[in-house]
Order: sequence, then C-alpha cells, then structure tokens
Amino acid sequence: MEAILPQLLLAAWLLPLLSFVVILLAGTRMGEGGRGAGYLATVAVGVSCVLSIIALAWWLVHHPLGGHGGHSGVLTGDWYTLAQFESLRFSVGYYVDSLTLGMFVMVTFIAFWIHVYSFGYMHEELHDVHDPFVTGADGRNLVRPGRFHRFYQYLSLFCFSMLGLVVANNLFMVFAFWELVGICSYFLIGFYVERPSATLAGNKAFIVNRVGDFGMIIGLATFLFACGTLHYAMPGNASEHHPGLFTIVKDATNQLQDKSNAASSDAGMPTNVGHEKAGGSSGLATANKIERHRALTPVLLTLAGLALFCGCIGKSAQFPLHVWLPDAMEGPTPVSALIHAATMVAAGVYLVARIYPLLTADALLVVALVGTITLFLAATMAVVATDIKRVLAYSTISQLGYMMLGLGVGGWVAGLFHLFTHAFFKALLFLGSGSVIHACGTNEMPAMGGLWRKMPWTAATMLVGCLAISGAGIPLVIGLSGYYSKDAILAQTFLFHRINPLFGWMFYVALGVAGVTAFYMFRLWFLVFWGQPRDEHVAHHAHESPRTMVAALVVLAVLSVVSGWTVPGTNWGITSLLEQSRVTPATETGTMQSAVALRIPDEHASHEHTIHAWVSGLAFLAALIGFGIAAVFYGIRWLDPEDVRQRFRGVWELLAQRWYIDQIYDAVFVRNVLRLAAVAAWIDRNIIDWLADHAALSVRRLSQWDDWIDRMFVDGAVNALAAGIYDMGIRLRRWQVGKIRVYIMWIVIGIVALFIIGTIYLGIGANISRG
Amino acid sequence: MLLAGILSPITVTHYLVVGIILFVCGIVCLVVKRNIIAMLIGVELILNGANINLVAFSSPQLFASGTAPLLLDGQVFALFVMILAAAEAAVALAIALQFYSRFGTVDVDQGGQLNG
Repeated sequence: MEAILPQLLLAAWLLPLLSFVVILLAGTRMGEGGRGAGYLATVAVGVSCVLSIIALAWWLVHHPLGGHGGHSGVLTGDWYTLAQFESLRFSVGYYVDSLTLGMFVMVTFIAFWIHVYSFGYMHEELHDVHDPFVTGADGRNLVRPGRFHRFYQYLSLFCFSMLGLVVANNLFMVFAFWELVGICSYFLIGFYVERPSATLAGNKAFIVNRVGDFGMIIGLATFLFACGTLHYAMPGNASEHHPGLFTIVKDATNQLQDKSNAASSDAGMPTNVGHEKAGGSSGLATANKIERHRALTPVLLTLAGLALFCGCIGKSAQFPLHVWLPDAMEGPTPVSALIHAATMVAAGVYLVARIYPLLTADALLVVALVGTITLFLAATMAVVATDIKRVLAYSTISQLGYMMLGLGVGGWVAGLFHLFTHAFFKALLFLGSGSVIHACGTNEMPAMGGLWRKMPWTAATMLVGCLAISGAGIPLVIGLSGYYSKDAILAQTFLFHRINPLFGWMFYVALGVAGVTAFYMFRLWFLVFWGQPRDEHVAHHAHESPRTMVAALVVLAVLSVVSGWTVPGTNWGITSLLEQSRVTPATETGTMQSAVALRIPDEHASHEHTIHAWVSGLAFLAALIGFGIAAVFYGIRWLDPEDVRQRFRGVWELLAQRWYIDQIYDAVFVRNVLRLAAVAAWIDRNIIDWLADHAALSVRRLSQWDDWIDRMFVDGAVNALAAGIYDMGIRLRRWQVGKIRVYIMWIVIGIVALFIIGTIYLGIGANISRG
Repeated sequence: MLLAGILSPITVTHYLVVGIILFVCGIVCLVVKRNIIAMLIGVELILNGANINLVAFSSPQLFASGTAPLLLDGQVFALFVMILAAAEAAVALAIALQFYSRFGTVDVDQGGQLNG
C-alpha cells in the first residue's frame, strides 16, 4: 500500500509537464486564440490538485493528526536513477512527509485558482493586443498577436518545476528544479517582451538570482565533498551502508558533542584516546563513520549551510538580494500572485525548512538576522510606495522575512505555518490588486479611490486579505489566519529573546513591523477603495471583474480566514500537520567559540500560555496602532499625508528610493561591470579585431602570392611539358607521310647506315671481308 | 687481270654479287615505281635475290670436305620462299585489282586516304 503514495504524487507532478509539452507543440492550434491551452493547463493542474488531496488524505488515514511531537516518519525513494558512483547517486526521487504533501496541496490549489482567474485577467491575449506601453517609431502603439497559450504554457511548466522542487529527495534535484522555477519566473516577468521595463526586470531577477545560486552551488559542492551524497535520506536497507545527509550530519554533531563532553569532564586525558576507548567495541562501523565525516567540522557545516542559504536569499528575495522582487511586478498580475507571492519565492523558505537538520545554531542565527533586516527594510519601503503591486511586493518580501526569522529562531512549524497562510492571503491580495488594475488600467493608487462602490466583491475580499495579513483577531479567542501564524513566529522570537538577550531587538523589530504591516496594508485599502474617486476617467472606467476572477477571490478569501483554524473539537489543522514532520537543527547551541552563548529554543516551549497571551496582546496592539494611523491619514483624512511628507522629506525620500540600495548596487556593481564591459568591448574592437583583421589580411596576401606561384611555376611546368610533347607530336607527324616508298627508302638508308656504323665501330665488315 | 678475274672459277662470292644486284634492283624498283604492278615485280626481284643468297650459302665450298651432310638446306629454303612468293603474288594481285577497281588507277600515291 505504501507504493501508491509515490505514484499519486508522480502523476500529480507530471500532469502539468504533459500540459506544457502539449501546449508547446500545439498551442497555436488549440481553439480560437489558444483558449484550449488555458482549459488544458487548468484541467491538468486541477487534476494534480485532486490527486494531491487524495495523497494527503491517504497519508492522514495512516498517520492520524494530533500525536504531539511524534515524528510520523518519511517515505523516500527514487523514481529514476540517472547515475551512480559508489555512494553518490544522482536520481529523481521523492521525499514525502506531511510538509511535502501540504506543499503539494497548497501549490496545486492556489495554482488552480490562479489558472481560473487568468481566464478573466488574460482574456485580452485571446486576440490581437494593443499595448499602450509600447510605442513604435511611427508614434503608434504596438499591435501584436495574443499570447494566451504561451502564458498557460509557462504556468504549466512552472507548476511542474515547483512540484519537482517540493518532492525532491536530494539537493541535486532541488537545484535542477530551483533553476527551472527561476527560468519560468524569468519568462513570465518578461511576458510583455516588447516593454523594455519588463525585459529589464526579467534580466534583473535572473541575474540577482544567479548571485544567490552561486552560493548554493558552493554549498552543494561542500556537502558532496564532505558527505559523499546529496540525498536527504536513503530509503530502507541502503541507509545502513550509504546514509543520507541528515544521518551523516547527525552522527557528526553527536560525535562532536561527545568529544566536547569528554574534553570537559576529564581535561587531563587526550580526548581522542578517551573516545576510542568508548567506541572501541563497535569496531569497524564506527571507524567507517569517523572516516566518512572526517571533513565535517562545525565551521564547515555552518559555512556549507549558509552557502545553501545564499540560494534561499536570492529566491526568497531576502536582504541583500531583495531588489529583484519589486521589479518583477512587471509581469502579469496572476504571475505575481502565483510565482512572486505564494509559491516560488516561498521555495527559499521551504528549502531552509527542508535542510533544517543540516543547519547549525550559528547558521540559524544568520538566517534570523537576515530575516529581521529584510522584514524591516521591506516594510518601510512599502509605506511610501504608490504602485499597488509594489506595495504588495514589499509586503511579500517583509512576510518572507518573517518566515525566515521564524525558522531562524527555532520556530520550524511557525515559519512554515506562516508560509501556508501567507500563500493564501497574499495570493488573494495580488489577485484583488489584479482585479483593480484590470478595472482601472493603472497601477497608481493615487489615481484610484472610492472603488468599493464599483467593485464591492473585490473590495470585500481585499479587506479580508488586509485583515489577515495584519493578523487581525480577538487575542486568545479567534482570528484570521495571519493572526495565528504571525503570533507563532513572534512568540518563538520572544522566547529566543528571553534565552539570548543580546538578540532581543529582533523581537521588538518584528513586533514593530507587525504594526507597520497593518499601516501599509490599510493605507493601500483606503487609498484604493475608500473615499471619493480622485480620477474621474479611472473611476468611470472601473467595473467589477468577470466571474472567473471573483470566484478565485472568494475562494482565497475564505481560505485566508480559515486556514489558521483547527477543526472544531480537535486540534487538526495546518500546525498539527506540520508538527508531524518537525525537525530539529543540527546543533541547538552555538558551536563557534564566540563571546556570546547562543542557544536555539525548543519550539514547544513557545506554546506556553503566558508567552502567547503576552505576545498576542502586544501584536494586536501594534496592529491596532498601525490600523489607527492608516485610518487617521487615509480613512477619515484627519491628517494630510502630504504635510507629513513635507515635514519628513529626508526620511520619505530615503524610503521612496528604497534605502538607496538599488542605487548603491547600480554604482558599485552594475556601473563598474558596464564600465568593465565597455573596456573589454574597446579592447575587443580595437586590439583583438585589429589583430584578427590583420591576420586575415596577411593570410590573404600570402595566399595571393601562393596563387601567383601556383599559376607561374606549378601550372607553368605542367603546361610547358604538355606543350613540348604536343610540339614534338606535330613535328614527328611530318615523318609519317603514308608513302611506302619513302619508308622503304628510309629502311634502306637505315640499313646502309647500320652497316657503315657496324663496319667502322664493331668490325663486322672486317669479318666479312676476311671470310 | 680482268680476264683472269672473269675466267677464274665461279665461287660463292660471284653468286652473292648476282644476288646483291638482283636485291638492289628490286629495292630500286620498289622505291622508284609508283605503279603497283611494278612494285610487285620489285618485291619478286628482292625475293629472288634472297633465294640466290640462300642457295649460294649452301655451297659445299664453304664447308670442310666430309663434314657437310646433304647440303640441300639452301635449296629447300629457296623452294619455300618461291611458294610464299607465289602466295604473296596471288594476294598482292588481288589487292591490286581491288585497288584499281576502287581508284581507277594503279598509282599507289593516289591511295592516301588513311594518311592523316
């Protein structure tokens, strides 16, 4: 029976690939404008979703929820082995636990609704498109054929890649699909290829991600070198001889702790002697183990983990590689919702959670720090942004920072819980903003206002999204999904603060930013939907979106409310599902000999009631203050935001310019690279080309000489020979007169001559005369 | 002296001189004449000059007495040559007839068609 689960997931995984291939080959012939491609992709991902839900249900039947702390085990194996070298195996395989299944259901479910939504949003692409953002040389707007099928083709490829990334059982496969989702993101950001801003944004996303992936490759190589395998864990019997990464790292860290314990207990004894005495009886197996992770020192393990984390920084748009995500909003809004909010950017968080057993406490501290910096910077940028999608992009970065912080301070379940709830409400917010953009034809919030009368469904669902992301709820009683997940992260951070006082500021930053989050989200909502229309043209044009779009909004709104809840009367919910596959980090205390003692708190400790009460109360208060300020400025307009902007011009400018990070990158990296490229181009053009040109020229001249020699001497000799023989033939021809008398005369003359010669020189005549 | 020379007994050399005279007459006839019949006569003269040579060289005077067998080799050769000459004459006359019927003349220089 165990065998059915991998097969279900395989089918769910490969269906979008099938859809991609079919659309790739026959996309233009699938109905009017490629509409059939949309149906195919939607059905494929829908069936994927159903299969994923069946797989999850099957899992829950065999591993009932609610067993506290009980790790439910993992189902892992290979579907297909590409190559095997000793213990190192490159394969396509599955690593299934409750997290994998949860991600499968979440990704396919959101993807399905975004496919549905796109039927409405992308309908322009069904026929020829007038692109108002692209003006040709003749001053007219570009008209191009629609690319409906191409949009769904990329979405299908993305779904396949994302699911492959989730299901992967080894880091090699993760990396392959990691790059695949990256390229899908690139394609979709640059979907409107004719717009220079879109292609630039696509390039930026791709190149910035390469920076992170460079670190990831180093991490992969390090683990490959130190452990000889890239599999998380090996299935069944094979694990005895070739353990996976998790086992190897666990062994290594255990030994390390044994060693340090031994060293501290009897400092007089050489530690390795003591260790050998202890492990002497276990014999060869121990020796092998020691041999295997000889290279795996704590420093190396920390650095390797951080190198892998570099990839996550790039993919999840964490500081300092967060700059690509706001620009990525150039893509169509459903793409922003699916790839740049709900799933792909969460892949970095997912990978951190997956490789959690490989991360030491020191590495986790870095993760937490990066998360804290990111959530703060991004939230402040969101406060002043006026492009509706950019606000949401900053908000996404900020929320991803929360997830990283949660994971970094030991809240494995908390971080992932936020990943799930965030996926729902951020997809909802993006789709809502898409609905608004679709109606208004602009991204600028100052041009909107008062839209709730025109589009009540969008306004209501957006309000739900804003409440969810702000963490609205009645403390300790009930709340929207964001309330639970954000509180879990804050509680864990608070616990971390109690144990490691030096890093207490992370809690206060996170708490403060919770208020900022509420502020900028309601600023967005008030600006777009509240008050009076500010632009007559836009307001007149606005209308409620088609039913496919509204349906997706409503479904996601419902989930944004309930996804944090547990089934009444039980403790079944996303948290208890994740709890099944909870893992601990490689080390719980800092291994570096630093001045600061570092300890990652146990997650269960944060469930304590008093902590929860405190943190919930504080978070609620922060959110309320944020909401209050937003209402004062943009709701009832008691204060004019313009005044504040004038008064704090410097701060406003700093935030509007995104802390000048883009400018710094531009000045430090981009300009210098361009300058270097210009120098290289100059060298290329003036030196290399000159050399090449002259080399070619001299070769040409040489060949001209050669040609002349060839004609004059080689050909000349042959021709002269032939001419000589011809002449001789002409001359000899005169002798052939064809008159027998002449021949006879010559014969006679010849004979007479022979006689004369014979007589004179050979003395023949002498003999004759003597005879 | 001349008389003595004339009256001296006939030796092989005399025969050879007659043969040479005949041969040279034949050659001259062959070279000078353009008439195909005359050329055939020249060929006959050459053959007969050769026959005289053959007969002359089988003379017993050239051998030590008693060593020679029957001494008829030259004569037999001469008979063979005569037979060959007869056959050759038959063929050559046929060619001459054909030549004449084709060109209306027996002048061999008129038959230079194959001369490139």
